[in-house]
This record gives sequence, structure tokens and C-alpha cells, in this order.
Amino acid sequence: MSQARLIWRRVLNALMLTLTGVAAFGVVSILFLILGYLIWNGGRSLNWDFLTHLPKPVGESGGGMANAIVGSLKLLFLAAVLGLPVGLLAGVYLAEFGGKVFTFVIRYTTDLLNGVPSIVIGIFAYSLAVLPVKHFSAFAGGVALGIMVIPITVRSTEEFLRAVPGTLREGAMALGASQWRTIATVVLPAASGGIITGMLLSLARVAGETAPLLFTAFSNRYWSQGWAQPIASLPVMIYTYAIAPYDDWHRQAWAAGLILLGLVLLANVGCRLVLSRKGMTRSV
Amino acid sequence: MASASQGNSPTAGQIARQITVSEKTPAASEKETSVRFEISDLNFYYGSKQAVFGLNLKIPKNKVTALIGPSGCGKSTFLRTLNRMNETIRNTRVVGKILLDGQDILQIDVVKLRRRVGMVFQRPNPFPKSIYDNVAYGLRINGYSGRLNDLVEHSLKRAALWDEVKDALHKSAFALSGGQQQRLCIARALAVDPEVLLMDEPCSALDPVTTAKIEELMFQLKDSCTMAIVTHNMQQAARASDFTAFMLDGKLIEHNETSQLFTTPQDPRTEAYITGRFG
Repeated sequence: MSQARLIWRRVLNALMLTLTGVAAFGVVSILFLILGYLIWNGGRSLNWDFLTHLPKPVGESGGGMANAIVGSLKLLFLAAVLGLPVGLLAGVYLAEFGGKVFTFVIRYTTDLLNGVPSIVIGIFAYSLAVLPVKHFSAFAGGVALGIMVIPITVRSTEEFLRAVPGTLREGAMALGASQWRTIATVVLPAASGGIITGMLLSLARVAGETAPLLFTAFSNRYWSQGWAQPIASLPVMIYTYAIAPYDDWHRQAWAAGLILLGLVLLANVGCRLVLSRKGMTRSV
Repeated sequence: MASASQGNSPTAGQIARQITVSEKTPAASEKETSVRFEISDLNFYYGSKQAVFGLNLKIPKNKVTALIGPSGCGKSTFLRTLNRMNETIRNTRVVGKILLDGQDILQIDVVKLRRRVGMVFQRPNPFPKSIYDNVAYGLRINGYSGRLNDLVEHSLKRAALWDEVKDALHKSAFALSGGQQQRLCIARALAVDPEVLLMDEPCSALDPVTTAKIEELMFQLKDSCTMAIVTHNMQQAARASDFTAFMLDGKLIEHNETSQLFTTPQDPRTEAYITGRFG
């Protein structure tokens, strides 16, 4: 091989290595840029009042978003109650029971559902839970988020169940356990760490959804009067405050964003910890 | 510690069994009740592919029967028909008759059958639970609610594992070594007091010392259990079994007392295999 060709190959190699490295660095720095920007802009408005007080009327400064923080948690609770059981059971079906063709159809449908734009799911929840009763409600918001939680939970549950070795299933069945008993007492516990992680991540993923909440849960400047009433949530508050023409509101929107991101990051890191602890007991 | 001292001495049932066994030994070759499994004209299919062809075999009671043969000859498949484990695989079909103590196994409820016919697998497969819960698993799913502690201890003793784990019963089973895990799986199978123990290459993932322990264990279990073991290890078959069956391409080629089969094989293919000319 000629010398020139050899040099060219080395240069190309170094060039591609640099390009991929720069891209990887970019990915990491985007997160830290967002985080830094949030802290820079929202940090000033983030105080105890922000966490514990209701929003002040227009024109008055101060106040907080306590109702939106609690509201977001309530909506996530509803989404969890409505979506997680369906996702879990469907995931079990896919991994343990389904035949070839039917499994393929369900898996493909799940992926499609995962790809449906959140605003479309919002319209669906609107026509399902808002139009019949003619008012916005926390419940409708929970339905919208619950639907979004399902496909993520299905796929992560399926994945983690498939990772459970078949010999465990055989071991249980050889002792006389039925298929359902085997799944409930051996397979699901073996995959529990991963499944719970998947569930938390799916909730973290929908925690920031705004579009489907705009016309289901709507918003509320006060404490919500129950599941059948409109409820405030962090993403919708951010939207409302960010487009308002007041500097104080802008800062509060940043602070709300910081809280939301904090919650999501906390869920992510918590999952990692749960998973790695599980992993350690396994490999010992 | 009353339970510990009680567990050290054999239970009444064990003594009774030992007496009947030792009484029978002089006339052990008598045919009366000596057959546990009687398999006649067994054919097995994975889809359209036949894996076992017209197999006839009697598995004698309280003896160790070894199944030998090259990889893919249908040994494991055959073994798994005995507790109907193959039913968990889609698209399989059994034709033929298998009698357990004279009763067609298809007439026995599959849960009951698997309680009577336990199984130990190639790789140790403890559940992700504590040592205690692993052994208690079979008892619990069979609705046993009596003295779990005693039975767990008794089973671990039968599997020669008690002394190593008695202080760590509630630790994860994954903390055990491979050989300990395999003995735990044997204890788990023994807990429901099966009449038969099927072993599918139980030592293939273990080192020679641990293998020797398991063979010793099989020898002790003969008092109370009939065993069928699939093995690739000819020395193991020769050491640990009373009868040996040689299979090739899904067919049973030869079946005889182990001492006979290894010294004076009747079929040239058996001879070729045990002398290491193929497989």
C-alpha cells in the first residue's frame, strides 16, 4: 500500500473520531446548558413561597405554584392508576402468552400508539372525558396522560420479562406451578426492578406533557376542588406564564421549569439506583 | 433447637422406607413392583420433525437409570416427556404410552404428576428468592401449610446442603456457588417428596469435586427415589447408575444393567460410542 494512502486513512480515522466525539460532547452539553439556564433564570424566583403559595393575582409580585406542583403529582397519580396496570398486563401478555401473529400486531400497534402526537391523544381524551360532561377535569387530564403511559410501559415490561431466563420458568413449572403462577411468583419478581424502572420512566416522560392537558385538565389558579374539576399542572403553568407579558411571571415560569426538570431527573437517577442495587445482588 | 435435633435423626417414614428397601434387597431382582415408569412405543415430534422413534423402556424403582448418547439424540426430549415438560413448548406432539406405577401419565393431573416426578436442570436455576423460599416454593404452590421450617430443613439435609447454609437461610440463593445452587435445586425438587427425580445433565456446569458430591447424593437418594439422569459423561454413567440406556438418532439402541452395557455391549454402535469412536 502506498504511503499516501496510509496517511489518508489515518487522517480520516482521526477526523471521524473527532466528529463523533464532538457530537457526543454536544449531547451532554445541551442538557447542562438547559439546566444552567433554568437555574440562572428560575433560581431567583425559587423560594419557599414558590413551593407553598398559590399564584398571586395579575399585577402583584411574589406568590407561588403550590397548586400546580400538587396538581401535577395528582395527574401523574391518575395516569399511573389508569395506565400502568393496562401496560403491565399487556406487556406480560406479549412476553409470556401471545402467539406469533397476534403478538406482532399488538407490538406494532403499541409502537404506533407511542408515536401518536400528544396533542392528538389530548383531542381523544377531550372527546372521551370532557365533551360528555361539558367541563374540564383532572380526570380527563389523567386519562390523556394514562393513555400515553401505556405504550412505554408495555414495551419496557415486555423487554424485561424476555430477559428473564427460560430455565426459571421451567424450574417453577417442573414443581407443578401453573403458567400464571409461574409468572406471578417467579418471572415478575425476577424482572421487578426493570419493570418498576420502566414505569417510573414512563411517568417521568409524561410529567412534562403540556399539549394534552391544555384542553383536558385545563388549568386552575386556585386549589382544585376535586377530580371532576379543572386542575393546575406545572407544564400548563409554564406555558401560561411564559407567554404572559410580565417579567415576574417569566421568572416564575423558569422556576416551574426547574422544578419539573428536577422531578424528572430525580425519577431517572432513582431508577438507576434501584436497578444497580438489584444488579449487585444478582451478580454476587 | 428441638427441630434441629429431630431433623438430624431420620424420620419415621425414612426408617420405614429403609427397612422395606433392605428387606427387599435380597430379592431385589424380583419383578413384582420394581418398575416405576413403563414406556411403550413412544414417538415425539417437534412440529413435523420427529425426535424420538418408537421407544420402549422400563425404568426400575429406586434405581438410577442413565441415558447416554451423542448430542441431539433425543435424550433430553425423552426425559422431558416423563413429567410432560414438553407440553410447555408449542407445537409438539407425543404418541405412545407412558405408565407411572401402572397409570397413564396423561390421565394424571399435570400438577400432581410434576409433584410426583421432580426435575433438576442442566444449569442451576434457583429463583431470585432466599434459600428458604426456594425450597419452600414447591410446598407453597401445592398449598402445603404445615411445618414449612421442618420440611425445608429436611430437604436441605437430603440434598447435603444444610450444613453449608443453615445460618444463611434468608440470604439470596444467588449468593451460593454453582454447585451449591445445583444442590439447592435438588433440595427444591425433593421438598415435595417426589417418587422420581429426572436430572438433565445436572453436573455439566459443575467442577469435578462438586460433581462427586452430587453423585454421592444420588447414591443416598436411591433409598427413597427413582432417578433418571441424562449425561454426556460416560464415567458418570458408569459410576453412578444401575442401568444405562444408549440412544442414537432418537432411537433406543440398547438398554441394560450398567455393568453389562459398559463391559459387554450387544450392539456395535453402543460399543463404538462408549469406546469414544464418535459422539
